[in-house]
Amino acid sequence: MTTPTRKMVDVFSDVDRDTALRTNPSGYAITEIAAGDDRIVTLTADLSNVLADFRKAFPERYVELGIAETNSVSLAAGLASCGHIPYIFSMSPFGVLKCAEQLRTDADYNHLPVRLVGRLSGLAMGYFGTSHYAVEDIAIARTFANTTVIAPADPNAVLALMRDTVSNEGPVYIRIAEAVDPVYDTVPDIARGQWPRLRQGDDLTLAAHGMGVGLAIQAADVLKAEHGISADVYDGAYLKPYDEAAIADSASRTGKVLTIEDHTVNGGIGAIVAETVARHKITADLAQAALPDVDLEVGVPAELYEYYGLTVAGVVTKALDLAKG
Amino acid sequence: MAEDSGSVTMSGTPVLERGRPVTDAELRRKADWIRLQTVDLIAQAGLGHYASTFSCAEIVATLYYRTLRLRPGEPRWPDRDRFLLGKGHVATGLWPVLADLGFYDKVLLKQFGKVGSPLNDHPNMRLAPGIDFSSGSLGHNLSVGTGMALSARLSGRDYRTFVLTGDGELQEGQVWEAAMAASHYKLGNMVAIIDANGFSGSGPTSQAMNIEPLAARFAAFGWQVREIDGNDVPTVRQTFDTLPETGSEKPVCVIARTRKGRGVDMFEKQPQAWHLGLLTPDQQADVVAEITARMELAEGSAQ
Repeated sequence: MTTPTRKMVDVFSDVDRDTALRTNPSGYAITEIAAGDDRIVTLTADLSNVLADFRKAFPERYVELGIAETNSVSLAAGLASCGHIPYIFSMSPFGVLKCAEQLRTDADYNHLPVRLVGRLSGLAMGYFGTSHYAVEDIAIARTFANTTVIAPADPNAVLALMRDTVSNEGPVYIRIAEAVDPVYDTVPDIARGQWPRLRQGDDLTLAAHGMGVGLAIQAADVLKAEHGISADVYDGAYLKPYDEAAIADSASRTGKVLTIEDHTVNGGIGAIVAETVARHKITADLAQAALPDVDLEVGVPAELYEYYGLTVAGVVTKALDLAKG
Repeated sequence: MAEDSGSVTMSGTPVLERGRPVTDAELRRKADWIRLQTVDLIAQAGLGHYASTFSCAEIVATLYYRTLRLRPGEPRWPDRDRFLLGKGHVATGLWPVLADLGFYDKVLLKQFGKVGSPLNDHPNMRLAPGIDFSSGSLGHNLSVGTGMALSARLSGRDYRTFVLTGDGELQEGQVWEAAMAASHYKLGNMVAIIDANGFSGSGPTSQAMNIEPLAARFAAFGWQVREIDGNDVPTVRQTFDTLPETGSEKPVCVIARTRKGRGVDMFEKQPQAWHLGLLTPDQQADVVAEITARMELAEGSAQ
């Protein structure tokens, strides 16, 4: 590999309010929505710095639990059963993977409004090592019958979707993409289970969530400008429930769907599209820009994205292959 | 603070207050009645946990007929004391009690174990009135109870949260995460009761993984520990009668030393064989006769 030229984004630092929405959108959002609803409490297992603003504003509604993730989830379920709306801020690899059974058995089976805000999802922890990757989390979370799974594309989408979670009666997993470029100029209006179409085209469909959405938009613009290929681009932030009608409609028209995600090829948006296409008996070619089902390399996230083709150029290449096929 | 997740009505249904008047003899009778009911329900379902249910019968009887503040007509009343069955596999012993107290109609007991029944081998809070939290996966409920006790602090309510665990359950690491948290947050409104019957599913707890010294361990985690004979009704009653005020700052751990299969000679001699099983009709007749004879003897001596 080449000598690293990029540094880890410092996602741990407390920041001033002006930059809070950009660099710590979920921390900003929870502080905003908690002001309007005193049922909301937050919990972390040693991740208090992402809640610096919340702790200042509502110190009595913050519960630190130390490095004990499983306890944080079950304890949150206890709080939820008494009328609170707990938001657990956790690193996705530990919050979802380590606590899968607590999320299922205590939160999901009991239909309790426990929210897990998963920071540092996908490859965001980069050179910290594969123990810190969360690339199977969507596959796991979306099999829980009553749990809503959302992966916002950018800070404005985080704000929009976090606001929506307050009234959700069941559990929610919110998968936060770190250090992503803006996709939305303003806070978008994303209805539950709907996939906003951010570009309109006829030749192929690009569907993505989280950091993949920005890549999809930029790739679609390149495809149109440089190759004369027009693409539907969908923000699949709602991974459960998802927009079955949008997938079926677009796949039927274009006959070619490329999914983009920082998740393994198993069980994420690629699988969602494949299952939908099969269920609707649609004839379509499918391709994935995602992480392979093998041991993953370790490195700075931006370089890992290049290595695995999760870049605009990588998406364009896959899209061209699909379009030509 | 919003109220409990269920709707709260001003229905004026009666509250069963803490410390209800009941004699020790009556509590003993209730414990044996729980055993008889358990035998019937297991026969109906075809399989069940006799010995684990029998070891905690005096504890369950004392909690439900004296200690807990309850409102059967309004099962989700926010100020009720919470009871979590960490060892969820003994729910069979709880179903007749909840019916007896009026949480639901006794006719539901006839559906126990059948498809569609709200009453199963392990309790489900969404299906059965009076169940404060579901259980079945060991090691979770002390964490859940810590959340409930913390909620009481946040909302200024004075309910207590009781969690009944087995001793084998304490091998689960999450239990100790919860033990740390309850102590850290000074939850003196919380009571962990360890049904220390000395056995887990496949053998003596101490042989599978030693968990002793329990009293020293909970004390070291910052809990106030009381170690008692958990099958002796006066001791159990007195222990629950003298719990510290809910505003106190140390969670309470009652280590109830019990006998697995308590109250039936065959079970006590072979507790492991009767962890999970089904009595033959002849065996069941013997077991029922043994328990019934003891109840009649107690009644006779009281007269």
